[in-house]
Amino acid sequence: MAASSALPLIEKLKTGIEGFDFIANGGIPKDRTTLITGTAGSAKTIFAAQFLAEGIHKYNENGVFVTFEESPHDIRQNIEAIGWDITTWEKEGKWVFVDASPEPGADAIIAGNYDLGALLARIESAVNRVQATRISMDSLGAIFSQFNDNSLIRNELFRIASAMKKMKVTAILTAERIHEYGEIARYGVEEFVADNVIILRNVLEEEKRRRTIEILKFRGTTHQKGEYPFTIIPNAGIMIVPLSAMELKQRSSNMRISSGISELDNMCGGGFFRDSILLVSGATGTGKTLVSTQFIHGGAINKERCLLFAFEESREQLFRNATGWGMNYDQLEKDGLLKVVCEYPETAGLEDHLIKMKMIIEDFNPNRVAIDSLSALERVSTMRGFREFVIGLTAFIKHQEIAGLFTATTPTLLGGSSVTEAHISTITDSIILLRYVEMFGEMRRGLTVLKMRGSAHDKDIREFTIDGSGMHIGKPFRNITGIIAGNPIHVSAGEVERLGGLFQD
Amino acid sequence: MSKYLLKLYITGHTSKSERAISNLYQICDEIIPGQYEITIVDVLERPNLAEEDKIIATPTLVKQVPPPARRVIGDLTDKNKVIAGLDLHVAGEERVKE
Repeated sequence: MAASSALPLIEKLKTGIEGFDFIANGGIPKDRTTLITGTAGSAKTIFAAQFLAEGIHKYNENGVFVTFEESPHDIRQNIEAIGWDITTWEKEGKWVFVDASPEPGADAIIAGNYDLGALLARIESAVNRVQATRISMDSLGAIFSQFNDNSLIRNELFRIASAMKKMKVTAILTAERIHEYGEIARYGVEEFVADNVIILRNVLEEEKRRRTIEILKFRGTTHQKGEYPFTIIPNAGIMIVPLSAMELKQRSSNMRISSGISELDNMCGGGFFRDSILLVSGATGTGKTLVSTQFIHGGAINKERCLLFAFEESREQLFRNATGWGMNYDQLEKDGLLKVVCEYPETAGLEDHLIKMKMIIEDFNPNRVAIDSLSALERVSTMRGFREFVIGLTAFIKHQEIAGLFTATTPTLLGGSSVTEAHISTITDSIILLRYVEMFGEMRRGLTVLKMRGSAHDKDIREFTIDGSGMHIGKPFRNITGIIAGNPIHVSAGEVERLGGLFQD
Repeated sequence: MSKYLLKLYITGHTSKSERAISNLYQICDEIIPGQYEITIVDVLERPNLAEEDKIIATPTLVKQVPPPARRVIGDLTDKNKVIAGLDLHVAGEERVKE
């Protein structure tokens, strides 16, 4: 114990990049150099710029941006489009450029020995001028191609890196790589200049682009392993979605809330738990939208704040449906208790949807959230991405201690289960199945509470009807078996009685 | 009188810097005697000038006048490259013809 505490601990510097400090176990190692490598278009420059921008506006730490590739003018333009006002920061002496970009058309002739002393002197002068503690250098590849002497440049970069360490600045260096999976960086030497290596990827998977970040190594300190999806949001920049790093430590409540359908509350032993996640699964037209509509309505009329994300129907349709079932969504919205967000799943990638939804939830601060339907989002993503999305969203909702209701569409009319269910059934607290039941040439509807974590519940499959005042749950189907399997078989009354008697003592 | 305006950037007075300075004077005296003006800029003392001229490597020799602007990097031991790089030959001959 004494020996380990004698070792100087590596201090971490919070980057301020959303989600990154979490996967980095606190931030990047302080006063050290970290290499960010990625293919063209993998957001290296944004990462480098955001590292400085977050430092300025979150921690009041000034920064120096050394550019080897694009001109400061171009970077200013590109980065200000994201929402960071570099020009103002430059005026205030918080951000300074060191322009080492090549002069177009001016190829210098090499006539003898040289070093990069001028660059180092300029960096030192810039750091001293604004008292910078953060520095970004973008990108190393450009300086290798400017000078054509790899071993000399490598030694010089090494000298610069150690000088920066002495200056007590934390540095981000970027380098381009050619393949998403392969050599760390193009010139094969960049990673030796830095203490730490982070890889940004932009992988094409089933015709969809998926951005991920991976911390490959942090010399002498810990970090989360593996790839984490991230996205770039206007006005916020890079946001990392730390999925598998989430912890299951949500509080649990015994408080019950109404589902908005009194018979359903009875079946669930008195209502849903206040901070539980519910999944309503059924084929198209079985009444999933109705259940979510009533769930939201049931909350709002009790003065709870309710949020509905609709990915299948438009606002107008939803409001008309609600009216048809005797619920006045217009009024609830006017009262500020209801917020309906309608969006086509195709408008964005899943990571973007997730972050947008999180922002809306944080902003509206609801007691209830419903998503109709989760399956619609399945279309815009790969299986893996969808799974991560569902886990990320569920964990987030549970963390906020609000009740969530998701709907999932099963692909077949009778029985069956959906992909959505397969992914989230273990993380949901309750599952309600809605099923068609074919009886004597007629389609009836059945409902059952399959699972209700932490509570007794009705095990019957009950018939329900829908009319002008919503859903009405009736008697159990006593003489039908095989509903859930999608293969309903009529059983005679005598057989039911005989089976009933079989299990009595 | 002087036609060539040359600026030599160095970083501190290292042996490399000194070598570049003496090589430069030697070449100029030989090829364009009396027609040059040399300014030595130490980046450590005046980093803002290096910033303006975007100097990364040192020593770097910058020719501003006459155009075209040219740059030669290194301690200038390769005399032929310096002469070719700065376009001294042609300009020098023209000067002689005048």
